[in-house]
Amino acid sequence: MKRISVQTIADAVVDLCRRAAYDLPVDVHDALAASLDKEESPTARSIIRACLDNAAIAKEKQMAICQDTGFAVYLVELGLDVQIEGGTLQQAIDAGTERGWRECYLRSSIVNDPLFDRINTKTNTPAIVHIEQVQGDSLVIHLAPKGGGSENMSAVSMLKPSDGVEGVIKFVTDSVIRAGGNPCPPVIVGVGIGGTFEKCAFLAKKALFRKTGAPSHDLRYANLEQQILASVNQSGIGPQGLGGTVTALAVHIETHPCHIASMPVAVNLNCHAARHASMTL
Amino acid sequence: MTVKNISLPVSDRKIIADLSAGDEVLLSGIIYTGRDAAHKRIVALISANEKLPVDLNGQFIYYAGPTPARPGAPSGSIGPTTSGRMDRYAPIVMERTGLCGMIGKGERSREVIDAMIRFGCVYLAAIGGAGALIAQSVVKSECVAYEELGPEAIYKLTVENFPAIVAIDSKGNSLFESGVMRWRKNSA
Repeated sequence: MKRISVQTIADAVVDLCRRAAYDLPVDVHDALAASLDKEESPTARSIIRACLDNAAIAKEKQMAICQDTGFAVYLVELGLDVQIEGGTLQQAIDAGTERGWRECYLRSSIVNDPLFDRINTKTNTPAIVHIEQVQGDSLVIHLAPKGGGSENMSAVSMLKPSDGVEGVIKFVTDSVIRAGGNPCPPVIVGVGIGGTFEKCAFLAKKALFRKTGAPSHDLRYANLEQQILASVNQSGIGPQGLGGTVTALAVHIETHPCHIASMPVAVNLNCHAARHASMTL
Repeated sequence: MTVKNISLPVSDRKIIADLSAGDEVLLSGIIYTGRDAAHKRIVALISANEKLPVDLNGQFIYYAGPTPARPGAPSGSIGPTTSGRMDRYAPIVMERTGLCGMIGKGERSREVIDAMIRFGCVYLAAIGGAGALIAQSVVKSECVAYEELGPEAIYKLTVENFPAIVAIDSKGNSLFESGVMRWRKNSA
């Protein structure tokens, strides 16, 4: 049994917050740079170049890539042989998030109550923490801060099994078109297929933690990812929704077994400032 | 394509009328930030015929909520937020304040575009997700109202060469329509 203190986790989370907010991941940077060759609109190309310049400035000046430093969404792989001491994982991550946000000059974007109070918690907590139990004695924490503009464009549809591949392509493409410029395209499209209503929504989110452009392990879904990407990029939406041939940088699909009557599909979009960082304790 | 330099506040509405969808602009002068919570309060004051905390006549409002600035820095990251959330407030603000322009990201509703035509306003797109880059054009930033709202407060920004694109001009021409149709390759 490996013992890890709440303090150790919180300290590591602070560093994770800083890296996620300031350093555009290499995979996202490379996907953006590669998209310059695919983008046909001159205005759109200048927007993509500005996004790359922005990433360089953020890194050099140690400032947030985007002012919407997001909801702190964590995906945790918790080894069965790990024992957390001094509190819960949620407490450890919240403590690290609060400190990380304060020390790194990130924007507090969370309100205490969704409908009535809407008072800023000023700490950017509570964080969203998804836990998956795994074998071994490692604690792996992935952070993907999620902006409100792209999150607001999410969609779930309880498709019929008979809707098939075409139904999935149409629903995802329509969701990206309906989102227009709001989620800050070029986007990364997270798609969850299967499971239940809430499971497919989680899968769509989990898909955004994947390295940009890394294909599904299932060849059939890897092909579908390419089909949807082509469909989305024919929409004309383009960078910032102002027109262009690069609307998405990648499509990632995650799946789960589902009920004989169902084929739920969820879409969760990430902006081009697709921030993520990981660490292992 | 030529880049047009605009000084804010604008001295003559003709400057706004001369902007066309697709024009790239560089803004210098004063810009006020304001997003959801500030708009809700401003519209409540307008409805009650009370004085606003800032005079928006001839001004541009920027839908943005910055990150906190580091000590000594004029501004934190400050890119645009989604403008559509301000659509229900924008027409009355244009009608009652003399506002000349809005800066944000994403499309506007038909009602907002109609009000822009009626009151001679322009809508500019700043690059969403380029908050660090845009911050380089901010020379000074001061909170002038609703400080308790944190990032949602109203900040008076002094900017030099703030980059933006005319997304919808004062005649209602929209790059969200013409630009997208120009590059659409299927019938979706």
